[in-house]
Amino acid sequence: MAVDKDTVAKIAKLARIRVSEEQQAALAGELSNILGWVEQLNELDTEGVAPMTSVVAMTPTLREDKVTDGRCPDKILANAPEPAHGFFTVPKVVE
Amino acid sequence: MDELTGLDLSAARDLLAKGEVSSKELTEAHVAAVAAVRPLNAFITETPDKAIEMAEASDARRAKGEAGVMEGLPIAIKDLYCTEGVLTTAGSHILDGFHPPYESTVTAKLWQAGAVMLGKTNMDEFAMGSSNMTSYYGAVENPWRRAGDNRPLVPGGSSGGSGAAVAARAALGATGTDTGGSIRQPASFCGIVGMKPTYGRCSRWGLVAFASSLDQAGPMTRSVRDAAIMLTAMAGHDPRDSTSVDRPVPDYEAALAGDVRGLKVGIPKEYRLDGMPAEIEALWQQGVDWLKAAGAEVHDISLPHTRYALPTYYIVAPAEASSNLARYDGVRYGLRVPGEDLTDMYEATRGEGFGAEVKRRVLIGTYVLSAGYYDAYYNKARRVRTLILKDFTDAFETVDVVLTPTAPSAAFAIGEKMDDPIAMYLNDVFTVPASMAGLPGISVPAGLSEDGLPLGLQLIGRAFDEETVFRVAGALESAAGFDSEPPFIAGR
Repeated sequence: MAVDKDTVAKIAKLARIRVSEEQQAALAGELSNILGWVEQLNELDTEGVAPMTSVVAMTPTLREDKVTDGRCPDKILANAPEPAHGFFTVPKVVE
Repeated sequence: MDELTGLDLSAARDLLAKGEVSSKELTEAHVAAVAAVRPLNAFITETPDKAIEMAEASDARRAKGEAGVMEGLPIAIKDLYCTEGVLTTAGSHILDGFHPPYESTVTAKLWQAGAVMLGKTNMDEFAMGSSNMTSYYGAVENPWRRAGDNRPLVPGGSSGGSGAAVAARAALGATGTDTGGSIRQPASFCGIVGMKPTYGRCSRWGLVAFASSLDQAGPMTRSVRDAAIMLTAMAGHDPRDSTSVDRPVPDYEAALAGDVRGLKVGIPKEYRLDGMPAEIEALWQQGVDWLKAAGAEVHDISLPHTRYALPTYYIVAPAEASSNLARYDGVRYGLRVPGEDLTDMYEATRGEGFGAEVKRRVLIGTYVLSAGYYDAYYNKARRVRTLILKDFTDAFETVDVVLTPTAPSAAFAIGEKMDDPIAMYLNDVFTVPASMAGLPGISVPAGLSEDGLPLGLQLIGRAFDEETVFRVAGALESAAGFDSEPPFIAGR
């Protein structure tokens, strides 16, 4: 599948990554090459093969539905770029 | 310095136990060694004060008769492991200034076992790379050089800083992480031992996530015994990682005691690639001969889906990465680049904070998971992954362990292979299949290339049978008698 510049712009938007016009063109070529290369998987007949969900067979365990952590807002906010009044902040989203 | 930093981890342990050296003396020598290897750029953060403090605490514990399996031994930690209060970057600009408020389970276990932290090692950004060239903190130089050629070489990746630090005798051992070969390939390039255990053997809690169904922690050391000691301390169940397995951790060092007589070693014909360098092929054959001479039986086997493992990996790993890296949004930690509104801030932060290779993989991952392509790419890859695992499961009905080369070449020069992503991805052609199947794999230094660079051989074992892998690796190590040293060594 060849990826064009517009598709790169679209997936960059989905991924929330700013990509300049110039980079879009370069990425279109690179991504097309990579996707063309992975498409060799189509040579394989995988009809009836279950998609892998877990590489090692294990039985998930249950734990008690109990709060075991928390009550440390200072620690949680310590790395935030712009915390204010005990909260994370983002640019205004509601006018 | 050289006298103490030239020791293997196990030899240092024995001297500490006999009281012939203190952890403080050993650690001081290594702190100096870390400073001496700065030209390699192997460390992002050095923690000399913390190291001395931990060493003094270790000596005090030993005086009280309390000594863990890693007691007093100074090691380096890949900068993908969260370390409480110590800068953790994953080699990325986007984690600028991140000081985790908690400790990863694996490092916590190492400290509980008595180990001493020297610092955090450089790595490919978010562990995406095979050369350590994608780090925001710059390339790492391999302490090895080609004979008669002074061009700097890559240490491999993504655990390139760990590989270079251990090879240059700046640390007795280091942690790595391996998603598609990131422990084993740099171990091969740096002439050291690197062990990726079975998926689920070590907790992933507190590791900066790349591809969660593949990521595994493991040791990088200068001997098989050292790797066994270190893994014994790192492994174990963790209720905070639901994919970590609740099985007892064996004493891996004890597993080295046996021999390999009667063990069945599989040689997969599909690993014999077209255009494989003759010296890699010759080394592989040498490995076969060594194991035969040690009493193992050698069997030709087939792993028919081998050639599909790498393309499968380059769907599954980017898909998982695109989800895992969604958390870097400029809100909770790390870099924030201002924007006009929320979306603009996200895009600006991620556009500036991620490097070229990370962007490429997140975009591939976003693409293969997007509406209309999910079945064609992502589900297809998961189906092929089932077939890859089945290849190994079938093979392990007749053999106990599989022997292959670790990488298709020796270390290459800094700057080579940078313009073609797929050429770079091919570095992991021999390591990715075991990753896709979740199996334990180890790289053991086995010889030198024609131009004097180390080459590794890889052993792959059954799930949770690290003991057999270590035992065969020990036999390979004894037979190879690899004692070459890189030209750049701390303190010389």
